[in-house]
Amino acid sequence: MAVDYELEKRKYVLGGVAILIILIYLIRLFTLQLLSDDFKRNADSNAFLKRIQYPARGIITDRNGALLVYNQPAYDVMVIMNEQLGVDTVDLCQSLNITREWYERRMAEIKDLHRNPGYSRFTQQLFMSQLSTEEFSRFQEKLFRFPGFYIQKRSIRQYRLPHAAHILGDVGEVDPDELANDEDKYYQSGDYIGKLGVERSYEKELRGEKGMEILLRDARGRIKGHYQNGKFDLAPVPGRNLKLSIDIKLQALGERLMKGKLGSIVAIEPATGEVLCMVSSPTFDPNMMVGRQRGKSHRLLSQDPHKPLLNRAIMGQYPPGSTFKTSQALTFLQEGVITPGTAYPCTHGFHNRGLTVGCHGHGSPLPLIPAIATSCNGYFCWGLYYMFGNRKKYATVQDAMTTWKDYMVSMGFGYKLGIDLPGEKRGMIPNAPYYDKAYRGDWSGLTVISISIGQGEVNLTPLQIANLGATIANRGYYIIPHIVKEVQGQPLDTMYTNKHYTKVERKNYEYVVQGMRQAVLGGTCHTANTSMYEICGKTGTAQNPHGQDHSVFMGFAPRENPKIAICVYVENGTWGATYGVPIGALMMEQYINGSLSESSQQKASAFEHKYLFTPTVYNATESE
Amino acid sequence: MRQNQNNKLKGPNLMASIDWFTILIYMMLLAMGWMSVCGASYDLDQGGSIVDFSTRSGMQIVWIGTSLLLGALILMTDDRLIEALSYIIYIGFLVLLAATPFLAHDIKGSMSWIKIGTFSIQPAEFAKFGTALCIAKVMSSYGFNLSRCKDFVISVALIVVPMVLIVLQRETGSALVYSAFFLMLYREGMPGCVLFAGIAAVVYFVIGVRYSEVALLGISQMTLGQTLVLMHIQLFTIGLIWVYTKNKAIGWQILGWGTLASSVAMLFARFIFPCNMMWVLQGVSGATVLYLLYRSIRDNVVRYFYIAMFTIGSLAFFYSANFVLNNVMEPHQQTRIRVLLGLEDDPRGAGYNVIQAKIAIGSGGLRGKGFLNGTQTKLKYVPEQDTDFIFCTVGEEEGFVGCAVVLLLFLALILRLIHLAERQPYAFGRIYGYCVMSVFLFHVFINVGMVLGLTPVIGIPLPFFSYGGSSLWGFTILLFVFLRIDAGRNRMKR
Repeated sequence: MAVDYELEKRKYVLGGVAILIILIYLIRLFTLQLLSDDFKRNADSNAFLKRIQYPARGIITDRNGALLVYNQPAYDVMVIMNEQLGVDTVDLCQSLNITREWYERRMAEIKDLHRNPGYSRFTQQLFMSQLSTEEFSRFQEKLFRFPGFYIQKRSIRQYRLPHAAHILGDVGEVDPDELANDEDKYYQSGDYIGKLGVERSYEKELRGEKGMEILLRDARGRIKGHYQNGKFDLAPVPGRNLKLSIDIKLQALGERLMKGKLGSIVAIEPATGEVLCMVSSPTFDPNMMVGRQRGKSHRLLSQDPHKPLLNRAIMGQYPPGSTFKTSQALTFLQEGVITPGTAYPCTHGFHNRGLTVGCHGHGSPLPLIPAIATSCNGYFCWGLYYMFGNRKKYATVQDAMTTWKDYMVSMGFGYKLGIDLPGEKRGMIPNAPYYDKAYRGDWSGLTVISISIGQGEVNLTPLQIANLGATIANRGYYIIPHIVKEVQGQPLDTMYTNKHYTKVERKNYEYVVQGMRQAVLGGTCHTANTSMYEICGKTGTAQNPHGQDHSVFMGFAPRENPKIAICVYVENGTWGATYGVPIGALMMEQYINGSLSESSQQKASAFEHKYLFTPTVYNATESE
Repeated sequence: MRQNQNNKLKGPNLMASIDWFTILIYMMLLAMGWMSVCGASYDLDQGGSIVDFSTRSGMQIVWIGTSLLLGALILMTDDRLIEALSYIIYIGFLVLLAATPFLAHDIKGSMSWIKIGTFSIQPAEFAKFGTALCIAKVMSSYGFNLSRCKDFVISVALIVVPMVLIVLQRETGSALVYSAFFLMLYREGMPGCVLFAGIAAVVYFVIGVRYSEVALLGISQMTLGQTLVLMHIQLFTIGLIWVYTKNKAIGWQILGWGTLASSVAMLFARFIFPCNMMWVLQGVSGATVLYLLYRSIRDNVVRYFYIAMFTIGSLAFFYSANFVLNNVMEPHQQTRIRVLLGLEDDPRGAGYNVIQAKIAIGSGGLRGKGFLNGTQTKLKYVPEQDTDFIFCTVGEEEGFVGCAVVLLLFLALILRLIHLAERQPYAFGRIYGYCVMSVFLFHVFINVGMVLGLTPVIGIPLPFFSYGGSSLWGFTILLFVFLRIDAGRNRMKR
């Protein structure tokens, strides 16, 4: 057999072709598999359906464990248009207890791209929202007969009582701003987030952590189980429950007493800084903010001229009036301007170089304790006058002013106290540069004399006034007021357990306490006096250039081991004794005794119906 | 004594003469193939065992086991018997192929499967072996000369007849495999230019049709397909000049002037006035032809003339094929061709299959996702994931490393087959060996190429990987018959 060597060389051509092909394919594989991540991402988005599992939001109770906010399961019926063909409509309508007309109208609505811009035949569309548990279980049994219909579980927030709306706040769908500011990228559009109150300030604790199921989805969109049997799934972490420091009975009474009045009541447990009640009037039923009616309710409330959405307890900045005199007495004592025995004259007021600050009739001259008890304007004006005029101690009036301001700040004024609620305001304590600017450096103690009686530039929030009461009750320190007593499984922030001492010694506080006790025994607050426990108090009648004076009361009880410190602030309530004192007394009785006596009940009913304005009545169950 | 000697020659010698290296590659490919079928057919709903015989991976074990048995049986037969039966086997297969469309039941439009009991077999997969045997027998017969026209026609006819019968079963992909035998014809003396012309024709046709609807620069008369084909003709012409003439400068001249003219025209059409660039490209081709003719006369070099003829032939083929496709063929015939090129039968729109295949392979990365951990193939994003597109599973689960191993194993097999074919003492063995090698090369080229998006989507299996008894048995028989022939190569010395 002749071997054709010329032809045999062709084996190299054929072998070469084979090598070339494999080489080209290896290069191609290299570029596909090693040079680009796109395919991997594509593959993941193909195959993995990451389904978020929502944790249960923490529930909220009051200081005694009474349930305030809880979750109610609600069930939405969803429909995928592409899959629901051939469903027995009559059967469906019966099972959902709807009429044929409703069904047809709803289906038309879903398909209407104007009303439902996100419509797609292939995705779940909301057919019927918020089925009750009974409706749900009835429908669930028959669900298999309705292909294309699904049930989506959601949870909605429910408020058991119509109280404490400002404290509890509400939840709503996360808005674009919140999404933009969400550094952890936790929220997705459509998620719920706390909007106001503790729902907002304790959002992280309440919400828990979302879980994630990684499901495998085949080419037809069918779910084929968990990826790697759920090895990479993340279980949701339920939210933590909150126990508020609020006593809901006290809160309810406060809201009742404040009906028809603008203002606020704040009560604090002095020893712990726990806020026992925080009433802001007018208020509203928190159930108005649940579910689909939230938007409408919010709009309605924000249009109300009496601003029910405003939490006056921490956002209202008012002149404290005579309640502020206690802080002045403490400052003068500590600075040595006065001793308890120092007496100043008051002849129907303070008169100096043509300046007059009026006062009501009482004995003159008088020392500190009766001055507090009778709320003498002159006494405190003289005190400030001597302090600011003391050039031996303070080189300039500015120095005196700075010293004074430091005392005020140490008592919690002029800055936000740091309560665990959103939106707190800082009030106003003027300082030397402020007056330098206002009077171009030409001012003296006389110029600013009205700050000594809680007027002029001084503004406090009701919370700050109540905190002043707590500080006096503690004889010299306060704990930052806070609304949450316990977070489940987590210690309270040390911010809410540390004591803040003022610049005034304890012994000086005792004189002020005596003065406040005298005020109740025989002074401005005598209507509050009771034999049950020793109340200490101080009225205020804050001058209001825009209308009637505001009625203020600050006090605490019992005198020893105080349980409650309170501030009542009734806008346009005229004398402190008119509204502030009696309301404060009722609140104290409610908290200390746990209930009101018969006569007090009558008094409370009387106050409930004393309207300073006609409140708008909102109906929480009003449907969309 | 004689008996003893015979034993010595026949017994131990057979075992020693078998090419165990090829069998080792075969076994490794089978093992990797089985793993891939496991990955591709694993059902997430049922989970269950991969060796359960109700699953495809379990059934594949049966096919592998029977294939090994079949291989052993073939090795125990006498190669001279196989050679003697060549014609009978071929004719038997022709009859079977002709009868298949009448016996078959329709599977996705294909009439190539015959049901026997609970199993279906596909005669087309086995007919390759019959054809290879017969063509080897004919071509190794005394006095056969491929350069004689009659003999060449006979050998082409032997290839074309089963092709036609398989086309009638609507299995165009399997029929195309028979064109691989032309590689063997090339080795046996068919002029290289025939093979080259054939490949050039296929390239023109595939590219021309495939990109016929892609307009270039937004000018409708100017399609990407036409431009690419004209560029290929020009490059092939230059390539021929470089390979077959001593004057390299001419190639450079043509390349330079052609590129310059085309680029200038392209820029003009793009930025100044949108005109039909095809005239310029055709003009460049025409000028090349005229120049070559001129040079052939001036320099008296006949090769320039042949190359000019090739260029003219290419242009003529391309435009006549285009004309036939668009103006002579019925729309349904056009569709058939487009289906063959993977342009139609695309349930989710353009290129869904190839895109999903690329995603599956691309997501594998260097090391892959691990055995049974692939998601794309299991979740059925890849079509035909355990048959034609099985290579996706290798890519996804075993990564680049696994793919490279598989491709290199196939390369080793093909090169080994060339080596074995060349060592055959008789033309019969060599020709049969080249047939086997050509078939494997064609399958790997087309199957892996289509998965990688480089060749048209032609539904043919990847040897030893794609699920199914028929293809596995077919390839096993094809290979082991050659190994048996190879084992008998030393008989001459006796």
